[in-house]
Amino acid sequence: MKRKLLLVVLASCAAVSLAWADINIGVTVSATGPAASLGIPEQNTFALMPTRIAGQKINYIVLDDASDTTKAVTNTKKLISEDKVDAIIGSTITPNSLAMVDVVAEAETPMIAMAASAKIIEPMDAKHRWVFKTPQNDAQMAIAIAEHMSRAGIKSAAFIGFADAYGEGWWAEFNKAAEANKIKIVANERYNRSDQSVTGQVLKLMSANPDAVLIAGSGTPAATPAVALKERGYKGTIYQTHGIANNDFLRVGGKDVEGTWLPAGPVLVAAQLPDSNPLKKSALEYISKYEAKYGAGSVSTFGAHAWDAGLLLAHAVPIALKKAKPGTKEFRAALRDALETTKELHGAHGVFNMTASDHLGFDKRAAVMVRIENGKWKLMR
Amino acid sequence: MDLQMALLLGQDGITNGAIYALLSLALVLVFTVTRVIFIPQGEFVAYGALTLASFQAGKTPGTLWLLLGAGVAIAMIDLTVAGRGRARRRVAKILLWNIVYPAAIAALIFLGKPGAWPLAAQVLLSLALVVPLGPMIYRLAFQPAAEASVLVLLIISVAVHLALVGLGLLFFGAEGSRTPRFSDAVFQVGSITVSGQTLWVLGSSLVLIGGLYQFFGRTIYGKALRATAINRTGARLMGIPTVMAGKLSFLLSALIGAFSGILIAPFTTIYYDTGFIIGLKGFVAAIIGGLASYPAAAAGALLVGLLEAYSSFWASAFKEVIVFTLIIPVLVWRSLTTHHVDEEE
Repeated sequence: MKRKLLLVVLASCAAVSLAWADINIGVTVSATGPAASLGIPEQNTFALMPTRIAGQKINYIVLDDASDTTKAVTNTKKLISEDKVDAIIGSTITPNSLAMVDVVAEAETPMIAMAASAKIIEPMDAKHRWVFKTPQNDAQMAIAIAEHMSRAGIKSAAFIGFADAYGEGWWAEFNKAAEANKIKIVANERYNRSDQSVTGQVLKLMSANPDAVLIAGSGTPAATPAVALKERGYKGTIYQTHGIANNDFLRVGGKDVEGTWLPAGPVLVAAQLPDSNPLKKSALEYISKYEAKYGAGSVSTFGAHAWDAGLLLAHAVPIALKKAKPGTKEFRAALRDALETTKELHGAHGVFNMTASDHLGFDKRAAVMVRIENGKWKLMR
Repeated sequence: MDLQMALLLGQDGITNGAIYALLSLALVLVFTVTRVIFIPQGEFVAYGALTLASFQAGKTPGTLWLLLGAGVAIAMIDLTVAGRGRARRRVAKILLWNIVYPAAIAALIFLGKPGAWPLAAQVLLSLALVVPLGPMIYRLAFQPAAEASVLVLLIISVAVHLALVGLGLLFFGAEGSRTPRFSDAVFQVGSITVSGQTLWVLGSSLVLIGGLYQFFGRTIYGKALRATAINRTGARLMGIPTVMAGKLSFLLSALIGAFSGILIAPFTTIYYDTGFIIGLKGFVAAIIGGLASYPAAAAGALLVGLLEAYSSFWASAFKEVIVFTLIIPVLVWRSLTTHHVDEEE
């Protein structure tokens, strides 16, 4: 009996020491709450990630932060203090990710955000050293839109966005980009995700008579102003942001969103990319893996941000393993240094070329202009 | 702003106001009869619209599982109670409403292929599926605590709301849906166009309000509800079962909620959590009516709808702020003008 007990104790010790050698990745995503349409595909993507990198077992500990800033911070603290994670991936939205920066910097744990705002990784200082991100900056996408408008000969534009951080962030960026491209902004309106009607805003936009309208919303709620504009007989060009890039938007918008322009990550139109584009292979790899598990047509560009975060880690972990053992402070520092040296890494959304001052590392290859034609995303050159 | 715009905004405001009016009536009804501030009212809006959208997409709506699950749970509880009290006669009735009825709906969905049905039949099936959830929720969540204080009932109400929103995300996913219009007709009235759907909303609201008026004034059940609202204990002494009154008020409130959702789903994309904010605006209207007066609540609803439409034109970023700030002067005014009687103590 005693011997048996001893064996059990020994076995459990062995199990514990094995667990220590694993690499633990903490994840917090907004799988419920207002950002659920972004968070769910991200959460799904973690099930596709490699469970072994360079012979080391990788554990992903995925928590839901309900699109809530406080919850995201609590999750991050829990992952760091209880699960002793070596890196954090998250969160889905900008406010959550911004709040997490202080926590990871204090614990000296590298973090890869899946939210868009450039503020998450700027300005580069002692805190932001620890933070990386995978989605394109809003500024990048706003410039792509403004340049496209200017090429299309558009002189005046109107803006309508969500009455939250997303809309405000886009307004700031688009305002700058439009000024740089000599486009006059003639109206600036806000609406809420859950509004039954945007008639008031749309009437105001149309009374300013703009050549083009930019709608800054994410997911299916971004279709509401587009439908209202069509209903009132607006004839100009409609632009959307990359926040709408999922198939549900096409389902809800139907024929009312035909002809809409948007900038997007290449993964949205991966199959239409020319074979010479280096991103075609990496983007199609993600799509085929996701659809094999969750069904054809289920893929969205948001999940690809999570996939890219996984690729960054898969690149950095083998380098860091040479320097230190997982679970230690040295390993986390080595992991951070390795992430910063990422060069020419082909993700689903773009090519990562990180530097000490740029923790995103995307160039123009990370944005393509897409038009909605016959209810499909169509790559335009 | 010219006259045409003002008219268009007015039309928009009245259409939304009609929906808020329906919801505020349901809130007043539930509150006066059961003293429950029914926060999940909005969830019926979302459930009704999204169930219809699921039928149209040829899918089986998740609300069916909720109906079946709640039915089984209630049957088990009620049968235990009935067995203990030796009220064997009630067994057949319990089984009919909680097992046979949900099973019949399920059979209809799986065998009838509602995806190909005409719109009117799909609407009826959606209502038949969602509306019974009202009394079922009353039975499961509120009836055991029917005599508790308003505050306890409010807390239960919040819990039910959170549970239903969570289930909504599970059933329908995070993305929203739209449904086709009841009518594609467009009418030209002077310089403005009025869509057939707008007339549907206004018409059905008026019919529902008129129907409720008749129901409360002329039927025995309506009078029983009114009696319960005026004095619960007195009503019970007169032989009016308060449990029946509670279930009936929840049935009506679920019917109004689900039907409102089906009415507005062609105008806007409905999400699993859309109902809350719509219900909240109905609540603002109900507060204007002091949670007691039906005509004042309906007038408040129109005010909320119009205020919303015009503020979305003048100051779109502050629209919600303006609508919800309305509640403060109203509360001040009401607390100054009405003689407050605390019913708790």
